[in-house]
Amino acid sequence: MSLTKTAEGRVVVALVLVAAAMWLAAGHLDVALAQAANPFGGPKAPAAAPPPSDGLIGWMFAKQAEFYRDMSRVIRSAKTDGSAVWTLLGISFIYGIFHAAGPGHGKAVISSYLVANEETWRRGVILSFASALLQAIVAVAIVGIAAALLNATAGQMCSAERVIELVSYALIALVGVRLIWVKGKGFISTARGMSRPLHAVGAAVTPPHDHKHHDHKHDDPGHDHHRGHDHAHHDHAHGHGHHHHHHDHDEHASAWGHAHGPEPEELAGPGGWQRGLSAIVAVGLRPCSGAIIVLVFALAQGLFWAGVAATFVMGLGTAITVALIATLAVAFRSAAKQLAGSRSGYGMLMLRGIEVGAAVLVLAFGVLLLSGYLAAERGACF
Amino acid sequence: MVPGIMKQILATILAAGAGLVLAASAASAHPHVWVVAKSSVVYAPDGSIVGVRHSWAFDDMYSTFATQGLEQKTKGEFTREELQPLAQVNVESLKEYDFFTFAKLDGKKAVFAEPTDYSLEFSSKESVLTLHFMLPLKAPVKAKAVSFEVFDPSYFVDFQFAEKDAAALVGAPAGCEVNLGKPQEMTREMARQLAEIPPGQQIPENSYGAAFANKIQVKCP
Repeated sequence: MSLTKTAEGRVVVALVLVAAAMWLAAGHLDVALAQAANPFGGPKAPAAAPPPSDGLIGWMFAKQAEFYRDMSRVIRSAKTDGSAVWTLLGISFIYGIFHAAGPGHGKAVISSYLVANEETWRRGVILSFASALLQAIVAVAIVGIAAALLNATAGQMCSAERVIELVSYALIALVGVRLIWVKGKGFISTARGMSRPLHAVGAAVTPPHDHKHHDHKHDDPGHDHHRGHDHAHHDHAHGHGHHHHHHDHDEHASAWGHAHGPEPEELAGPGGWQRGLSAIVAVGLRPCSGAIIVLVFALAQGLFWAGVAATFVMGLGTAITVALIATLAVAFRSAAKQLAGSRSGYGMLMLRGIEVGAAVLVLAFGVLLLSGYLAAERGACF
Repeated sequence: MVPGIMKQILATILAAGAGLVLAASAASAHPHVWVVAKSSVVYAPDGSIVGVRHSWAFDDMYSTFATQGLEQKTKGEFTREELQPLAQVNVESLKEYDFFTFAKLDGKKAVFAEPTDYSLEFSSKESVLTLHFMLPLKAPVKAKAVSFEVFDPSYFVDFQFAEKDAAALVGAPAGCEVNLGKPQEMTREMARQLAEIPPGQQIPENSYGAAFANKIQVKCP
């Protein structure tokens, strides 16, 4: 590595660091805001006060409150005027979009998960929609079973919500632990690989690696050039030694470590839908308090089905916002990868570091939520 | 190899992305419960302040939710007695949130004891639940200036003082006056000042959260 290259490498590392810091700061702001749920307990977050009432955010914020309040009026009028249901659905959809910007709804967890697990944006979007759908289903199930069938009280529903919440938080922590395990190994082997000269590593490490091509159709070197960032091959289990074929930018293949350390794609291993499912369940299990209140209100008005429809449409709106933020997280990661990918050594290590950091963040979210230090969103009872 | 210009473009994209996430997060707080509040400051015969009496009317959706599944003799109606267990749960849980009441007596932070004399009232016409409770001070205090705010710092509950008779004095010495300050709009100047507060530093008093709170001020001669 020449001197100039080292200097360039440092610039890249610095850029990635700045980006990581920004992203982490964004995640922490979410945390800080959520902390405000604990009045005067714990550290006081300057960002925790109500948002400004001017500007775009203020407008969004005011609209959200307006829409929610409109729901009660519209549900009432739907009793006599069937067409009001369409208004209800429209309001619910827009409300869902705005509402998901708030704490909870798994934005932070999903984003961290996507960054740590090297998921594609497509999977990020699917993950966002699936977890929002599950949130809606859980809300409908709680109110449908507890309130509609068993005539449970609000307090009993809140207890049920609390249990579900704890399970959800524990699952988030578990997903975090698994990610740290996998990503930590990747980080360590990348760090180890760096301490050895490149060519020697290639020779020393290559033999034990599996060079069989499994069922991949990667034999044509040019094959994957057109795939760009579509990591479709993630779904296959594959060994080392394929990087020449499925690499995004083959001319830099050596930058990825050329057989020193594990292949990022292999370590990333979204692991098919089973692992994705754990994230969906962890995030989607906890229903939104607002949906539960709306459902109970609709039930009391004798229009439970309208409440159910509203909840699902709300979930659709929520999913759009969460998916947008998740896509940003994935875009950030791809950008970092691109930067790191053009350099050997530090850039790669930084990328692994970001993944470990994101994995730690997932665990931290789970533990903090579980310990009650961090409140995602207050339960409907107080 | 990534040319310098590409790096700059990427950095800009990253910055823009982070900015968007920040902006979205800033819209975080969102109320699910609306309360129309009426509060009065209660005085003892000797002129010392005993505490604050609150009447909080919840919005119809939350009221319906809160009364879901409660036993009732007449459908759609709830008596005080039927609602009493719920009232107890309410005041007990409110403790965790400092009763959403933040008071200063002659500039000193007031400490409240457990609520007494609490009850819930249900108006079947509007399906509105109203919580009444007395929030006594730990010890009665003589104070010339009283200011107190009712708000939820996390903004899960949106408190607004009632249009009429929101603030009152009960048994106050002659010459005492009560004033109601509505939540004020954030000015650009305030936004700028707030932006300059370093992370982790305490916010100067009366500068931010309080500016948005419903504030009642009492001045006695």
